[in-house]
Amino acid sequence: MSRYSVFAIAREALRFHQGWERAWRSPEPKPRYDVIIVGAGGHGLATAYYLGKNFGITNVAVIEKGWLGGGNTGRNTTIIRSNYLQDPSAAIYEKARSLYETLSQDLNYNVMFSPRGLLMLAQTHHEVRGYLRTVHANGLQNVTTEWIGPERVKELVPIINIDGPRYPVLGALYQARGGTARHDAVAWGYARACSAMGMDIIQQCEVKGVRSEGGKVTGVETTRGFIGCSKLGIVVAGHSGQVAEMAGFRLPIEAVALQALVSEPIKPCMDVVVMANTVHGYMSQSDKGEMVIGGGTDGFNNFTQRGSFQHIEETLRALIETFPMISRLKMLRQWGGIVDMTGDRSPIISKTPLGNCFINCGWGTGGFKAIPGSGWAMAELMAKGEPGPLAAEFNLGRFREGRFIDESVAAGVAH
Amino acid sequence: MLTLTCPYCGVKAEETELAPGGEAHLKRFGPGSSDDEFESYMFARRNEKGVHFERWRHAYGCGKWFLAARDTATLEVFATYPAQTPEPPPEVVAAIKARRPDWKGYK
Repeated sequence: MSRYSVFAIAREALRFHQGWERAWRSPEPKPRYDVIIVGAGGHGLATAYYLGKNFGITNVAVIEKGWLGGGNTGRNTTIIRSNYLQDPSAAIYEKARSLYETLSQDLNYNVMFSPRGLLMLAQTHHEVRGYLRTVHANGLQNVTTEWIGPERVKELVPIINIDGPRYPVLGALYQARGGTARHDAVAWGYARACSAMGMDIIQQCEVKGVRSEGGKVTGVETTRGFIGCSKLGIVVAGHSGQVAEMAGFRLPIEAVALQALVSEPIKPCMDVVVMANTVHGYMSQSDKGEMVIGGGTDGFNNFTQRGSFQHIEETLRALIETFPMISRLKMLRQWGGIVDMTGDRSPIISKTPLGNCFINCGWGTGGFKAIPGSGWAMAELMAKGEPGPLAAEFNLGRFREGRFIDESVAAGVAH
Repeated sequence: MLTLTCPYCGVKAEETELAPGGEAHLKRFGPGSSDDEFESYMFARRNEKGVHFERWRHAYGCGKWFLAARDTATLEVFATYPAQTPEPPPEVVAAIKARRPDWKGYK
């Protein structure tokens, strides 16, 4: 892999850009690997990357049924934050956020991390109390957040209407180092770095079955034949339940559609991320000038990557009161992704009933922000066979034992 | 937009008139059950990609709970039927089989 640098740009400029290499190889699958990761989204690629970087395990294949980063990694609203209430969540999301800070340098790939600041609006008194509690919890967790009043919100977001009749802004939970990153670049950067370490990224290769012997995994049946492995990681988001079923166990997960949309591009008007959880809407402005808007989930199981129209309507109806200037914006695109929701709205990074088979799933509506931390924790789990401190609390056994990491209460909303 | 026919009042109700209620035909386990049974009842879900049975309430209509057989991969609705059934009745199974001959059946 040749490094990207200002010198590389100058060199290529002088030779008509003939020398750029493909960012990653597209190899034929080998008959056997030490580790197979199913799913080449952000979490799967990050897992592979940290297996190589932190543990020196590079005989790894990442197999993907569609194309790399084509699932929820390419469908989210790119928000990065770590202002969670529960300690295990704050730990893993803050790990992820801190890794994002230096990810571009680490990967030699510009992921365009933009710590522009993130506001979670409190629009009811219930939310004010909830966020004050979160600020204190974050203080104990070494996550830097603060509570700010409505005037400060107005300073940070001049286009906001803080005294709407239905949803007045009563203050906000502010994380100054939260922000956004370029979602595709995160997947591409990890893929390039994995490929450079000698890992194989095999796209257009769907897993059809999991083969095991004596209670331990021996490989996967795919549309491109059987591939053997010593350890298997299932990191497939929306289809976790389907792959888990092939491996012989059932998950506490249901798949639902989550939607997002973007407006036509406009001049810079908002340089922070604003989340309004009471009304299930969040908004930021992309570098292209589009307002990127995320909504709520549907209430029923769905694998179609299409959501219900009324949820978009509800989100926009409420956002227009808070941001009157967007009322005349045209919306350019709308799309849906399939998210896997657990009972307590927290992820699962765990060993499974099948030996040497590990699963990372259940990120629900908030997986993008966690990609580096999730990969870090999953790599540690897969390399050592036992979870490290980041993953320990997120095991499958918590549902049986009642040790929930209850973020559905903490956020009160899809997060 | 999803449209379901309420089996009680016969109204073809669209999604905004209905409240989703999760997986149908769950067998309840309470005091005296094993940890496995209780965990499975509380959390493990079929989450089928394909034929799925679920509970709905005609929230802005007659207010009653009913059940629906639906394909989660295509959003096709096979049938709706009253909630007082422990498993899908034969006519619902037949309606699904007519559209999905490969379907393995409810088990």
